[in-house]
Amino acid sequence: MGYDLQPLFLTFKLAAVTTLILCLIGIPFAYWMAYTKVRIKPVLETLVSMPLVLPPSVLGFYLLLAFSPQSAFGHFVETYIGLKLAFSFAGLVVASVVFSFPFLVHPVQSGFQALPRSLTEAACTLGKSRWQTFVHVLLPNIKPSLLAGVVLSFAHTIGEFGVVMMIGGNLPGETKVAAIAIYDEVESLNYAAANFYALVLFSVCFIILLTVYLLNRKMLMKVA
Amino acid sequence: MIEIDISKKLFSAQGEFTLDLELNIAQGEFISLFGQSGAGKTTLLRCLAGLEQPDSGFIKVRGVTWFDSKAGIMLKTQYRHAGYMFQDYALFPNMSIRANLEFALRPGARRERVSELIELMGLGDLQQRKPDTLSGGQKQRVALARALAAEPDMLLLDEPFSALDHATRVRLQDEVMRMQRHFGLTTLMVSHDISEVYKLSQRVLVIEQGRIAKQGTPAEVFKAGQSSSKKSTSGKFSFAGEVLDIETADVVFAVTLLVGNQIVRVIATPDEAKNLQQGDRVMLMSKAFNPVLVAVAT
Repeated sequence: MGYDLQPLFLTFKLAAVTTLILCLIGIPFAYWMAYTKVRIKPVLETLVSMPLVLPPSVLGFYLLLAFSPQSAFGHFVETYIGLKLAFSFAGLVVASVVFSFPFLVHPVQSGFQALPRSLTEAACTLGKSRWQTFVHVLLPNIKPSLLAGVVLSFAHTIGEFGVVMMIGGNLPGETKVAAIAIYDEVESLNYAAANFYALVLFSVCFIILLTVYLLNRKMLMKVA
Repeated sequence: MIEIDISKKLFSAQGEFTLDLELNIAQGEFISLFGQSGAGKTTLLRCLAGLEQPDSGFIKVRGVTWFDSKAGIMLKTQYRHAGYMFQDYALFPNMSIRANLEFALRPGARRERVSELIELMGLGDLQQRKPDTLSGGQKQRVALARALAAEPDMLLLDEPFSALDHATRVRLQDEVMRMQRHFGLTTLMVSHDISEVYKLSQRVLVIEQGRIAKQGTPAEVFKAGQSSSKKSTSGKFSFAGEVLDIETADVVFAVTLLVGNQIVRVIATPDEAKNLQQGDRVMLMSKAFNPVLVAVAT
């Protein structure tokens, strides 16, 4: 098998890094969204959901503009953080985080909202801080939602194509993920290689999703 | 000593009204809050626990100000040491019974306190189980034990027995009474059940539309209904009951009552019966011969 494994490796690296960052930002954000009473909440909810309905090229286009060193944002990041975002792995990560944001935030937010308010209040009357309540009471009780959010955003990042195409291009080892590699191989009529990448992605996504459904079923059975 | 003088706008099915309460509670006292749903009883408990903020007024507990709208003081729930028992018990589903109690311990508390409470409340066999696997009565006991584990200075009970069957309810009422005496806890309980109020509390506050309509010992409060019926009754003994059915039997009425968990049928005069309808709360008093039925304001 003389296939180049780098695109696959890059795909999973991107998905892993993206999911990790999403957890760090998305879970606290989902918590805040679940309980906040700010007036602009509907606007925020809409913004979070936009990647679900927008063509990836729209998002990719605006991200590309933002990432360009000529733009204020791109310039700032490049000068002060030392990261070049356009056509780089770092840029792909930022774009994937934005693009997969709703896939993590939605399940986790509804998980928080489904918890009875009395759990938080009970922890308060027992003298527990918000942080203790969050870590020991809230998070452990939304495990199925967390699992769904993490897996969905991981799988969705694997399946990303349009945004990567727009802002990443096709640099081997840097931005050439498996989804792009398939397109590339098909264009050069190399169907065997395309089939290899496609089959791996198909199998991996199938196994991941199947695991989630099996686990969720097990958790539900345990409750019942 | 707890001094309360608060007011808060409330919205209920009957419209908007103002909760306006002024009361003092002595250390170790057991007070019941009695009245219809939506009268503001639970709101008072929540204001005391710091889960809700009154619009104005103050709450002082043993000289410490917990809430003062003028001074802008609102002590956080975490610092109030008020044990609150929620209607849905609010046990943490992810933790075992023992872990629920351990989680409630204050920093630096003796860990043996958990074992003592498990012993005291008879939870030994359940301690490794998860809350979802317990019956209502068992959950209720765990909720009480957990509230006590946090060493509260007062106990706030929001309809603690409403979801339980009669036998369990009676057993747990005894349990609550025992714990309350044992720890000398000032206790406020919201209840719709006259027999429960009679049994547990030293003082009853009847709350109507956000105001204290009546207060006193259970006997004083529930007898107050009699004076309005113009009859001077001196009941030998009395029960609180609920009218299930009223039938005419020639010149008198046969009234079927639910007293405790017993159904009794008594004779009422047309005078008594004309004020009664199904579902009414009544006091049934027995004098030497004939029973007397008196409607109770609820």
